[in-house]
Amino acid sequence: MIEILEQIDENIWKIPVGYKTGMRVPGIVYASEALLIKAQEDKALEQVANVSHLPGIVLASYAMPDIHWGYGFPIGGVAATDYEEGTISPGGVGFDINCGVRLIRTDLLVSDVKSSFEKLMIEIAGNVPKGVGSRGKIRLSQREMANLMEEGVTWAIKRGYGWQEDIELAEDGGCLKGADPSKVSNRAFERGRDQVGTLGAGNHFLEVQEVVDIFDEVAANAFGLFKGQLVVMIHSGSRGVGHQICTDYIKVMDRVVNRLGIVLPDRQLGCAPIHSQEGRDYYSAMACAVNYAFTNRQILAHWVRQSFEHVLKKSAESLGMRLVYDVCHNIAKIEEHDVDGRRRKLCVHRKGATRAFGPNSPLVPAPYREIGQPVLIPGDMGSASYVLVGTDKAMKETFGSTCHGAGRVMSRSQAKKKVNAQELRQNLESMGIKVIAGSLGLLSEEAPVAYKDVSQVVEVCHKSGIAKKVAKMRPLGVLKG
Amino acid sequence: MQAFEILEHTADIGIKAYGNTLKEAFENAALGMFSLITNPENIKSRLSKEIFVEAEDRESLLVEWLNEIIYRFEVDYEVYKRFEIIDWDEEYRLRAIVYGEELDLGRHEIKTQIKACSYHMLKIEREDCWYAQVIFDV
Repeated sequence: MIEILEQIDENIWKIPVGYKTGMRVPGIVYASEALLIKAQEDKALEQVANVSHLPGIVLASYAMPDIHWGYGFPIGGVAATDYEEGTISPGGVGFDINCGVRLIRTDLLVSDVKSSFEKLMIEIAGNVPKGVGSRGKIRLSQREMANLMEEGVTWAIKRGYGWQEDIELAEDGGCLKGADPSKVSNRAFERGRDQVGTLGAGNHFLEVQEVVDIFDEVAANAFGLFKGQLVVMIHSGSRGVGHQICTDYIKVMDRVVNRLGIVLPDRQLGCAPIHSQEGRDYYSAMACAVNYAFTNRQILAHWVRQSFEHVLKKSAESLGMRLVYDVCHNIAKIEEHDVDGRRRKLCVHRKGATRAFGPNSPLVPAPYREIGQPVLIPGDMGSASYVLVGTDKAMKETFGSTCHGAGRVMSRSQAKKKVNAQELRQNLESMGIKVIAGSLGLLSEEAPVAYKDVSQVVEVCHKSGIAKKVAKMRPLGVLKG
Repeated sequence: MQAFEILEHTADIGIKAYGNTLKEAFENAALGMFSLITNPENIKSRLSKEIFVEAEDRESLLVEWLNEIIYRFEVDYEVYKRFEIIDWDEEYRLRAIVYGEELDLGRHEIKTQIKACSYHMLKIEREDCWYAQVIFDV
């Protein structure tokens, strides 16, 4: 595979249209040579080529440096389709719709909480339901859940889970427009009724982190970040609601593809014209899951603030526990971008990728508008996470998109065989990282050795200019499902 | 013949389930999937539930069957160890009884969270015996 790639820049590679019959546009992969070699060990590059079969795809099928093998789309995949004539694909969003990250800052230095750190972690762990099969603290009626799906973060704020200003500091103000709960199945309602305000399992986590490096003082200042600072990162998604909505609509798309005779190399890429009944229905249902996920992270953040208040005996306001930002990693959005000098309305699929809008975009919250949008990159539990900032270059080259994390290199069963969970926990504790996990088996799957080096991934984004480094954090306390 | 084997996938996980008959391969696919979630040896057979699914073709019938079990597990807080197809046409309709008990996190350690069964690399074929292959999102 690697021989057919054309290198177009130090960290940019092209998969030519001729590589597979049916490709409508080339594939463009952002990766260093080392990351590219990793990516071609499995089927990730093949999947970049597969995505380029989507009817209405514009310019190219893109892959970010954390690319790895997914189902249908590669993880780290970005594809934009023409809004008028293109298609929308639930597989291009994934089962965990609006899996994403939010970051909460504090005015605290790590040294300020040294004596109470353990107590703080235990308090958070007690307040945040996690893992599979554990019931959440909130149970919603069908009607309340429909309201939540329509309103997003505003629903939570109205009920006392957070601050008014949190709304502005989330992507899309914590509410994607166009949500229609009547397009969501009863099953998705059932799966979600007691999961709002739960962390989940797998790669989801809640981390208390220390800011260890600042690369861009101006941006860090705007985002409220400084060296030695204590921050909290929450990585979670739309839980069973999103999983069920994707499951339901992949079935719908399968029928559309057959009816319209669309030829796709992978059934998981099933899609429908954006303006067809099925395409519109999926978008409206997806938006419900997007808003459910925003609300989920909002409620989790509220409980984090309460935990700090309880342990440190100070109000969250006086501790400066402001939201830095909340980003989506799995989503399809209607956006306008310049394509060959012409403004075009597109449906941008980001599957394991982050929006990275540059300075002066009206979609960046006012306090950050001159700087660009904050991009939150979670790493594995043993290394680091990053805050980056969106750029004009990302707007020009990748529809304003960049990487979303480290990306796996080792399968889950391999990681389980290789890593003893008890030893892993001890190793992390010897590095000064406290781990609280719902299941030891799940902990092994998520071992740092199963991931690429997040710093390498971030470096490629920084060097190629599709996001710029702002700050680096290391984990101090990890809560896992 | 083993009931199933685990397929390696970088981000997710899959299974290849075997059977002397297609019915047995479908049953073993459910057993294989549930073995990823928790150890069936720790599950007692205390309750049973009837499951009915319909689909457009044989491959999607397998996906529907497995997704139905994921849904039941998540919504009813139950774990299953035995899967018996009692009536089907091998293509579009399937009726089964699943046996298990209520989820008890003290006894049933959750090994993997399965979000859904995907269509990626989905395959049902007959070689020496029947096999059914699926990739899950975890």
